[in-house]
Amino acid sequence: MPADFNWAIGGEAGDGIDSTGKIFARALSRAGRHVFTSKDFASRIRGGYTAYKVRTAIDPVESTVDRLDVLIALTQRTVDENLEELHEGSVIIYDGERTSMQDLEIPDGMVGMDVPLKSLAEDAGGAIMRNIVALGAACEVTDFPIEHLASSLEKRFGDKGQSIVENNKAAADLGAEFVEENYEAASAEFEYELETTDENYVLINGDEAIGMGALAAGCRFYSGYPITPATDVMEYLTGRLERYGGHVVQAEDELSAINMALGAARAGARSMTATSGPGIDLMTETFGLVAQSETPLVICDVMRSGPSTGMPTKQEQGDLNMTLYGGHGEIPRFVVAPTTIAECFWKTVEAFNYAEKYQTPVYLVSDLEMAVTEQTFPPEAFDMDEVEIDRGKLVDEDEVEEWLDEEGRFRAHAATEDGISPRAKPGTTDGAHMSTGLEHNELGRRTEDTEVRMEQVHKRERKVETAKEREDWSPREFGNPDADNLVVSWGSNEGTINEAMDLMDEDAPEFRFLSVPYLFPRPDLTEAFEAAEQVVVVECNATGQFADVLEHDTLQRVDRVNKYNGVGFKADELAAEITEVLQ
Amino acid sequence: MSSETRFIDFKSDKQPTWCPGCGDFGTMNGMMKALANTGNDPDNTFVVAGIGCSGKIGTYMHSYALHGVHGRALPVGTGVKMANPDLEVMVAGGDGDGYSIGSGHFIHAVRRNVDMSYVVMDNRIYGLTKGQASPTSREDFETATTPQGPKQPPVNPLALALSAGGTFIAQSFASDAQRHAELVQQAIEHDGFGFVNVFSPCVTFNDTDTYDYFRDNLTDLAETDHDASDFDQAKERILDGDSEYQGVLYQDENSVPYHEAHGVTEDMTEIPDGAPENATDLVREFY
Repeated sequence: MPADFNWAIGGEAGDGIDSTGKIFARALSRAGRHVFTSKDFASRIRGGYTAYKVRTAIDPVESTVDRLDVLIALTQRTVDENLEELHEGSVIIYDGERTSMQDLEIPDGMVGMDVPLKSLAEDAGGAIMRNIVALGAACEVTDFPIEHLASSLEKRFGDKGQSIVENNKAAADLGAEFVEENYEAASAEFEYELETTDENYVLINGDEAIGMGALAAGCRFYSGYPITPATDVMEYLTGRLERYGGHVVQAEDELSAINMALGAARAGARSMTATSGPGIDLMTETFGLVAQSETPLVICDVMRSGPSTGMPTKQEQGDLNMTLYGGHGEIPRFVVAPTTIAECFWKTVEAFNYAEKYQTPVYLVSDLEMAVTEQTFPPEAFDMDEVEIDRGKLVDEDEVEEWLDEEGRFRAHAATEDGISPRAKPGTTDGAHMSTGLEHNELGRRTEDTEVRMEQVHKRERKVETAKEREDWSPREFGNPDADNLVVSWGSNEGTINEAMDLMDEDAPEFRFLSVPYLFPRPDLTEAFEAAEQVVVVECNATGQFADVLEHDTLQRVDRVNKYNGVGFKADELAAEITEVLQ
Repeated sequence: MSSETRFIDFKSDKQPTWCPGCGDFGTMNGMMKALANTGNDPDNTFVVAGIGCSGKIGTYMHSYALHGVHGRALPVGTGVKMANPDLEVMVAGGDGDGYSIGSGHFIHAVRRNVDMSYVVMDNRIYGLTKGQASPTSREDFETATTPQGPKQPPVNPLALALSAGGTFIAQSFASDAQRHAELVQQAIEHDGFGFVNVFSPCVTFNDTDTYDYFRDNLTDLAETDHDASDFDQAKERILDGDSEYQGVLYQDENSVPYHEAHGVTEDMTEIPDGAPENATDLVREFY
């Protein structure tokens, strides 16, 4: 039996592809199977090809592969787009009654199952459920117990009323029955049987994991402006943040979003905004103010393909330089980039702690593929008991006293040894002070005094030095620690590289793999580089921004594997490319 | 909060660098007086300002304050007030800050109706950059960058506020200290977004919109039969391009501030040491 099973539904945007895919992915996860999903979508509301792909296995899966075993095709284009991924024995479920599908030719060796999706859906209560009919058919083909689909439908439609749930279940049953009656032989021969387990899994995407991390970390204020692919962070938080006494505001633009978040942070709340590249551009002026006023703020950049409006629904890791260097002048900052969906949760918690401990802006950098991809994890991957909150040098009424100058004024920007000043939230007696983007003295008042300027520059830089000493900025390590070759990556490529390692031939060169979640401060890789015969840096951009940074850090040249066509790396493709570079 | 706060408590020890005679002195004094009169003290007050002469105000006042980037003071104030509804939030700006670079935020802050006050020092010129036309400059106002005048009619901030659903719209004159302080006080006491446009003459660069001009042309609505609760009357006055008014032009007595309308009433600044008690439910949602 094959190790994993790959399934997709494709059609036009507006066909309900996304929600259908999610329903089946959840059915699989509820059946105790691991799931990894991927989406192909265009920047339009209706029309245009869109697909939702699900890879599932009993073992954990952390990337996609170019292989489809069952395809639900709502349009001719769905078949055309996926021809290369289909193989002998693949099943294509389609609706031959649909005018545009009547001439569909099933390629040799594949099994076409013509299921009257629309008519059966109408029998169950409405044409809108035709995708659910198709899911029922897919269950029958794969011997997947249909009760798991029913349970997923219950979760999806439960709050819309039991009759909706029942109709959908009926639609699924009709699809399954139709295949049983008309394609019994074909489905019996189909080689995949989706076995189930008793495991409990969490099925979650990167944006949701960031949102959940924010809630766990005590975020209480979120302001944002909708932008693909960051909007899901806001959608997740909306309604949920309010349960914890917080609030979500959809601001009039990104400028407002970051300034509102800054206001809430200065008032003393844990506060966040999320956007994608173009939004970061707009926020950059205020980013400088956040740093200069030493306000703790988490700014999430869910990267997409740029520059300008680029390809808004496509993958890229092109914003590294902007997050490292963006803004005029020199700005102390942290840049944290989770490497898996579960890490999106933990790095968000860390981001809030770094922001308050060091009173700096923290960029939390994710990307489109991580944002929209759903993956299963055991619930322990989000162990809430492990969440720790550190608010740093937040001083109360009593502690304020030791930070007053002779005239009783609060030294909000005191040049301390570790570079971190006391922070009094508004409402604290005797803590009143002004903060500004202007260069200022310890009291926060404007100055052009050369010595005070130097003192404040050094103070802000010292925070970064302190953080480098106090925190663990190590990379995540995989592969063979003693191998001669070193592969380095950042962001969402981790899972794909790990899978690529599994796919590589026995005689392919082995490597040590460092996945770097901290871009600034970042680990010093000099020793690792010196110990390696060859270093390859893998990233989803054209110029190799991380490779440049590492060459600068280590004074050593690296080889690069880059992809920038809008699609993220695939495991088999990376296996081949890394092998080639290392040989 | 203390009912014994005096306006001097809001004054910092920093001497203003505004030009002698600048309207901003009077504007600021009125703000401090109004804050004291409404029972606030520096430790529960947050003042936000943007860039320009008006932006310096946080330095000269004593309170919690943020001196932000150009035009973005209103969103900052909004965030402060949402995070801690117990704070008294006052936003200060100039005509460039508020009606040019920040005009988008102005309209949205008005319609959001967060319970804070917004005082705009309107001198109808850019002073700090040494005398260019501002959005409220007259159409024929000659400056170095507009030798034939701005060639476009001035923005009418009161009309913008009214059309955006403003619930408190007033105008005052920096030189009429008593009335100005009263109007800012009313803006603070208003349940919602209290907007006061202040004629705050620039004595260095604007020789048209001077103290004398306003003294001669200003009609105090308190001396007329103006009914501020009457939207149509307010509209008529606000759109009357030939007259300058001082007083409350419009006040919606049924105004419900954002935090009451949308349940934003908790102090968001206190959080537990770890994940919230019921946080495991967040994970279970994804089963």
